[in-house]
Amino acid sequence: MRPEPKSNQAILTLTGVSKSFPGVKALSDVQLQLYPGQVMALVGENGAGKSTIVKILTGIYQPEEGKIRLNGAPLRLNSAQDASQAGITAIHQETVLFDDLSVAENIFLGHAPRSKLGLIDRKAQTQEAKNILRSIGAKLNPEARLGDLGIASKHLVAIARALSIQAQVVILDEPTAALSHKEINELYDLVELLKTQGKAILFISHKFDEIFHIADRYTVFRDGAFVGDGKIADLNEDDLVKMMVGRSVDQIFPPRQHQKGKPVLEVSGCAHPTEFEDINFTLHEGEILGFYGLVGAGRSEFMQALFGMTKLSQGKIIIDGKSHSIHSPADAIEAGIVYVPEDRGQQGTIRPLPIFQNVTLPSLNRTSRNGFLRLANEFALTREYTERLELRAASLDVPLATLSGGNQQKVVIAKWLATTPKIIILDEPTKGIDIGSKAAVHAFMAELAAQGLAVIMVSSEIPEILGMSDRVIVMREGRIATEAAGNGLTPENLVRYAAGLKEA
Amino acid sequence: MKSIFSSREAILSAAILIALGLIATRFPAFIEPKKLLAVFNDTSPLIILAIGQMIVILTKCIDLSVAANLALSGMIVAMTNGMAPDLPIAILILIAIGIGTVLGALNGLLVWKLSIPSIVVTLGSMTIFRGIIFVISDGKWVNAHEMTPAFKAVPREVIFGLPGLSWFAIFAVIFFAILLTRTPLGRMFFAVGSNPNAAVYTGISVGKTQFWAFVFSGALSGLAGYLWVARYSVAYVDIAIGFELEVVAACVIGGVAISGGIGSIAGAVLGALFLGVIKNALPVIGISPFWQMAISGSAIIVAIALNTRALRKKGRVILKSAEAQG
Amino acid sequence: MKTQARDIPDRLQNPFLTQIKSWETLLLAVAIGIFIANSFASPHFLNAWNLSDATFNFTEKAMIAFAMALLIIAGEIDLSVASIIALASTAMGAIAQLDVSTTTLVVTGLLTGLACGAFNAVLVTGFGLPSIVVTIGTMSLFRGISYIVLGDQAYRGYPSDFAFFGQGYVFWVISFEFVLFAILAVIYGILLHWTNFGRAVYAIGNNATGALFSGIRVNRVKFILFLMTGAMSGLAAVCLTSRLGSTRPSIGMGMELEVVTMVVLGGVSILGGSGTITGVIIAAFVMGLVTFGLGLLNVPGIVMSIFIGLLLIGVIALPRLWQIWRM
Repeated sequence: MRPEPKSNQAILTLTGVSKSFPGVKALSDVQLQLYPGQVMALVGENGAGKSTIVKILTGIYQPEEGKIRLNGAPLRLNSAQDASQAGITAIHQETVLFDDLSVAENIFLGHAPRSKLGLIDRKAQTQEAKNILRSIGAKLNPEARLGDLGIASKHLVAIARALSIQAQVVILDEPTAALSHKEINELYDLVELLKTQGKAILFISHKFDEIFHIADRYTVFRDGAFVGDGKIADLNEDDLVKMMVGRSVDQIFPPRQHQKGKPVLEVSGCAHPTEFEDINFTLHEGEILGFYGLVGAGRSEFMQALFGMTKLSQGKIIIDGKSHSIHSPADAIEAGIVYVPEDRGQQGTIRPLPIFQNVTLPSLNRTSRNGFLRLANEFALTREYTERLELRAASLDVPLATLSGGNQQKVVIAKWLATTPKIIILDEPTKGIDIGSKAAVHAFMAELAAQGLAVIMVSSEIPEILGMSDRVIVMREGRIATEAAGNGLTPENLVRYAAGLKEA
Repeated sequence: MKSIFSSREAILSAAILIALGLIATRFPAFIEPKKLLAVFNDTSPLIILAIGQMIVILTKCIDLSVAANLALSGMIVAMTNGMAPDLPIAILILIAIGIGTVLGALNGLLVWKLSIPSIVVTLGSMTIFRGIIFVISDGKWVNAHEMTPAFKAVPREVIFGLPGLSWFAIFAVIFFAILLTRTPLGRMFFAVGSNPNAAVYTGISVGKTQFWAFVFSGALSGLAGYLWVARYSVAYVDIAIGFELEVVAACVIGGVAISGGIGSIAGAVLGALFLGVIKNALPVIGISPFWQMAISGSAIIVAIALNTRALRKKGRVILKSAEAQG
Repeated sequence: MKTQARDIPDRLQNPFLTQIKSWETLLLAVAIGIFIANSFASPHFLNAWNLSDATFNFTEKAMIAFAMALLIIAGEIDLSVASIIALASTAMGAIAQLDVSTTTLVVTGLLTGLACGAFNAVLVTGFGLPSIVVTIGTMSLFRGISYIVLGDQAYRGYPSDFAFFGQGYVFWVISFEFVLFAILAVIYGILLHWTNFGRAVYAIGNNATGALFSGIRVNRVKFILFLMTGAMSGLAAVCLTSRLGSTRPSIGMGMELEVVTMVVLGGVSILGGSGTITGVIIAAFVMGLVTFGLGLLNVPGIVMSIFIGLLLIGVIALPRLWQIWRM
């Protein structure tokens, strides 16, 4: 039985919590308090310990030290089941639900209403699902297959599930990553609803605008330690950044020369049957061309076609004056185009392989001789580029998976630089990355441009687009809405074109 | 799972009906109820095993030992019947199911506790089970005259118009249909195959669920072992050799996805019936039975091609113009 | 511990040491153990001719196992190999009725194998179908065609010099098949461990999407791998048919599972991404030694399979049991 909640007092407190893994102390002596009817933002850089504390709260990990108290009573969470029974539930970036089951089954998996014989009462399950979905304003069919729904709807189902187990604590872990602006606003409304119902909400996000919009309180972690907490109303962005990073980060956008060399890429009339059409632009050496747009505007789809992952139905790609037909990433790399995907983990790296094999994979025809591997060349090439990026690792032949996230990212970049490309496409390069590392990535991009590379940057963050780009192309519903430069580079302008409020 | 028949099963039913229709144009005797029931009866062992295999495949595993399990369970009860002719058949059936369950549980334990991939476990257990049959029987056959009349009668005994063998299949279908759609364990089989990561977050033990899948598959193999041996009135090392692949074929044709999480009892049954109809129709049409293998092989390929196309996600539709057509 | 970029060594550990602690060494120890046990168990064991004859137990399977190993490392599987043997053998038998040269016979066998491999390749890479079910299907289809052609008959009229492949000896006591096996072992070893192609195989098996994004032509590599298993099956068909001197549609029945056993016993993970040719070579010897040794003791074939099955499970289970026991 759960103890009764008292208001204005923390419903869930963690004190003195520590957790280690081989070689790494993820959390040392941290504290966290969640209050009913209030949103607590958990803020910190990558590696600060946020995901570890979430896993402790959901019973996946157990802390070595520390106490957890729910409504004053001590709580042990030895499994995900325990957390669920304690009324703690989490909604993650990617769904942890079942695509092949229906909405109602997902909501009630593990605690479905039963009939007299002990079998699942399908009618009651569907009816109760309908009720819960209605209470959060979700217009979903309880019998629909979850896999057929979009990510925003899947979040709604996750929240409905939380309500169905009468969750007292709802953890939102980077929930807005794949949502459009409209869907994010709908999520805000939902959070308000949960607040009025007295749920305690833990909100984890990198986006300051969201934090300041929705949170009542904040807690800051840095390098696995507790730095401070308090009410959001009592501080501003800079204070928060300082607490997160330990220093003030004045400029995350480096000063740039904006020198434009000769045209290196000309794209004309590119189209795909369902994803985009009529794409035309020119890219110059030393230039950073930003691609802005709403989620689903077709930017990544076009970039992947440029990289040969999907097929163009028509159009011409001319690099350094020569026309190329690109049917695969191998063709693209040969033509001098490289693509750093948004999903850096799964698409960008092969984690079980050693560092040096990851780095040399696209460049094997240069390091090998007649198809035979030459390890000495591979190590030399790897060394050259990893030194430049100041990689930290035990050796070059350890599996990539043993490196930290930031270092893995460096290996990805080293891999592509080693192919000596002419054009580098970065798809949401700083998504999900904390402020300190963002600055480093931006500085690096500027350096690439200064060396004469042509850079295409796909981004959904206005400050980043405006801070880094020489020119910006705005896409909307698969077409180019406008190409902006100079005075046209204002937030209002870009947002209006992206949303269709302004037509070219 | 919402309705008994989804589009996949409907297409398969249609295919079977069309096939029957085509055969009937030249050989109307084939679709006489008597003959159709005989086909169902003949296909019953395959149906029983396909149900078990389907559950295993749902959990992202595979059980290649079902035929060997069937043979070993069958041999043991046949020998027991010979040594203790007064033992009631009901007890023998329970023994067969029990042995099959234990063998299945062994598979399940290796997959659950030692995380050995199921294809490796069941490849090994398959040969071990067959070898054990040789050891306990000394390579000798158990023939019809060594079995009691009661032993041989159960699958053939006609009750309410159907032989006992068919009734066992029908009960198995009903029992497992309810288990899969109406019990928490049943939903867990689907959940584990659909998203093993999420299952952990929901507090479901993936390994334990897979263990139960193997237990059920083993129990059904044991039951089928008795039925096979009693019906054909013979038990020896090589009975049902190669049958495990026919069982997997039945599941694949029936729309069970080899990647787990998708499938239905109806599909497995229809897949088995499809193979059964072909096998029984060939001699009637006058095609030599030597064509059977090639035909079922082609059927598997066509079925998997159709099923995979249905599951594939199409490219994102972003252009308004494409949406309008789409 | 992490170090500055300039100080990062190429390798953390001497590669020789890494090899010592590996699966292959464990397996080699098992192989030596079985060899010693066998030499005590039967006086006929340590006889050059007998040992040479013993190799026939595994040479044909090993040829296919080399290609299968690469395919499994890349994350696919081909269960139709034994049926390809049947179809290739049937094709050879059919052509042999026309009194052709031995060379034509061999080429027919190889080309049939290649064609079957291409069929599998198109289904898997062209249509994107899962290889395990596709090859269960082609397994029935290929052998099914053999049954349609031959029924319950057999081909027997092979030219006398055709027998050399499966029954001939080179260098006094060493069989031609063994020489083939040794040459292929070297070729596949170099291919997997020392070429770009081999590197691509490992990359694909570990993360096919990541490999694709890194510029590997994944479908082309997989296509070639299926062609290889087909070709090797064709070669095995030549050897086996030559050794038996006849073709029945049931030829090689069940061999696919023995091939997969050899590959997995050799340390190749069935999930893909890891394994070596050395391991497969040692596994071939282990399986050959076990079957030969037990054969000398007049153990029936089907009981031998118990040992092979136990070996397969035991070799994978024991390290894990030990790890659990340690904790």
